[in-house]
Amino acid sequence: MTQPILQLQHLTKRFGSGVAAVDDVSLDLAAGEFLTLLGASGSGKTTTLRMIAGFEHPTDGEILMDGQPLTLLPPFKRQLNTVFQQYALFPHMSVRDNVGYGLRMRKVARTEITERVGQALDMVQLGQLGDRAPRQLSGGQQQRVALARALVNRPRVLLLDEPLGALDLKLRKEMQLELKHLNRQLGITFLYVTHDQEEALTMSDRIALMRNGRIEQLSGPREMYEQPVSRYVADFIGETNLLRGTVVDGRTGGPADRRTALEVAGTVLECAASREWRNGDPAWLAIRPEHIRPATPADGTNRLDVVIRDLVFTGVVTRVHAALSDGNPLVLHWPIGQPPPEPGATITVWLSPERGRCLSD
Amino acid sequence: MRAGPPVRPSALDRLRASRRLRTLAGAALPVGWVTLLLLLPYLFLFAHSFFRLRNGQLTHELTLENYGRLFGTALYPQTILFSAGIALRVTLASLLLAYPLAYLLAFKVKRHRNLLYMAVIIPLWVSYLVRAYAWKIILGQEGILNGFLMSIGLIHEPLTVLLYSKWAVMLALIHIYTPFTLMPIYAVLEAIPVSFKEASQDLYASRWATFRNVVLPLSLPGVIAGCTFAFVLSMGDFIAPTLLGGNDSALMVSNLVVSLFGVAFNWPLGAAVSVVMLAMTLVLLTLARGIEDRMNYGGPAGGPADRRAGGQGPTVGRGSLHA
Repeated sequence: MTQPILQLQHLTKRFGSGVAAVDDVSLDLAAGEFLTLLGASGSGKTTTLRMIAGFEHPTDGEILMDGQPLTLLPPFKRQLNTVFQQYALFPHMSVRDNVGYGLRMRKVARTEITERVGQALDMVQLGQLGDRAPRQLSGGQQQRVALARALVNRPRVLLLDEPLGALDLKLRKEMQLELKHLNRQLGITFLYVTHDQEEALTMSDRIALMRNGRIEQLSGPREMYEQPVSRYVADFIGETNLLRGTVVDGRTGGPADRRTALEVAGTVLECAASREWRNGDPAWLAIRPEHIRPATPADGTNRLDVVIRDLVFTGVVTRVHAALSDGNPLVLHWPIGQPPPEPGATITVWLSPERGRCLSD
Repeated sequence: MRAGPPVRPSALDRLRASRRLRTLAGAALPVGWVTLLLLLPYLFLFAHSFFRLRNGQLTHELTLENYGRLFGTALYPQTILFSAGIALRVTLASLLLAYPLAYLLAFKVKRHRNLLYMAVIIPLWVSYLVRAYAWKIILGQEGILNGFLMSIGLIHEPLTVLLYSKWAVMLALIHIYTPFTLMPIYAVLEAIPVSFKEASQDLYASRWATFRNVVLPLSLPGVIAGCTFAFVLSMGDFIAPTLLGGNDSALMVSNLVVSLFGVAFNWPLGAAVSVVMLAMTLVLLTLARGIEDRMNYGGPAGGPADRRAGGQGPTVGRGSLHA
């Protein structure tokens, strides 16, 4: 295996009160990878990033870059650059001087600075705006300047702290693709912090979902979406139905096709499981709306009677809001081409046993 | 329900509804106040500087001879320059004291920050006279400082050079005006987002380079404002020189004005000196204002006010330091 570019080893940060903001986080970043730290506010993702940048000192643990310890180095001696949440462009300098700042501080020759700053501004399509002051630019343009200011230094790792948070939705989508493109094109490793799961799914090679200072799940976006390890992950990533149930048969199948049968609202439903469960254990059946459809006579099992509450047409799909016999809600996507049901009607739906997952809290 | 008689707007309603009337009503008091107590006296002062004094009697004949005497006699320009020299040194010393303290308060002190800030500000609530007198007690022949120096055996006779010298005057002025220098500097430093310093360090700038390239330039408007306060206020001061100044230096320009109006009863000349000082102050304030405006970057880039597309704030188009 090749040497990871950045390694976090048992990284821990406690602030005054003693509660760990980051709790024993270990993580390896491969060169050129796009890894996202995803989590709600207070999950420790930003603190982790700030420790890597050098703005916070870890209480415990080690950060290695190319195998060398980084923890004792001040920020200005680390071969990585940060794109800040509010861009933090220097208001008293022109765009050009902002972008050239890092090179000037490293005493790069003047002619080289001019050349590299020009290239960096062209790369983010701001070649014409070098003489402007940051405040004369739109939010999206400022964001590009911040990106150019970091990338012009050719860092080993680029840290991005919710850089798109201040942009409107359309611009954000554009920038997501652009960031992914830059990551591929330049071969620079990206460590990206966001609370936006959709953003994380769109851009990342891998996602580390953080919860209470720990990594809850570390996997590729597809795996995280399809095989969440806990109710928390299933709930955080995308839209999901979470049905409370009790395990009635926790030992079907082998490691490759393990299944669990759960009793939910009086009905026994089968779903995929990543481990054996004890009968009688409480568990959650997590299933996405697109994996539920109206039952056909061919569906022998995993049938559930629901009452239709509401229909919402969203353009791509019709979302059907229904209720189980115990009153808990269930959302499904109605198949295109089938006549939608009437609110108030009772219908039978089928839950995919391969796609539904049995999860703990 | 029966409809009542139509309700007509009262005079007060009309007043409330009219933006212009409301503005006028609201402005009447402060404008009147300023006119009565500030503009009119200045006008009188200005007029007096052109009146002629004949045999000790004030006449209303117009003349320029007051200004002629002012600029023709070495005493007056010299005194003005002397005062400016004192004020300049007081300003520099205040800046050297206030800047590091403001920096500590804004960036280093986390707990008790407000307490410390209050400790700097509270002395301003004590009467100026009391603070000036305090220096008499400290520096006098029987004073605290002499007593201390004698008790540790460093000197055997009380020093007489401490009090009644321009040094004593400057000391007191520095003491009194340093908080005025500190406040605007602290205000601008505190407004600098921590992320600016972090971004600078992230871009390979050491702490010192960060200070020199980011913090210092961004704090200059506060420095200018603070220095203007210290300079203008200490230049016009006459109480500290009266209480603490020696024979050589009791005469700051304001003392001169006081004696011209009082002892010498030469109001026209006193008025002329005042007008010249007033003009100097106005020039200085205008310059300072101009520099401050040029360095006003409209807050941190990307701040809420700047996030709107285009960011075309009212200050756009003014030069920046590096433009």
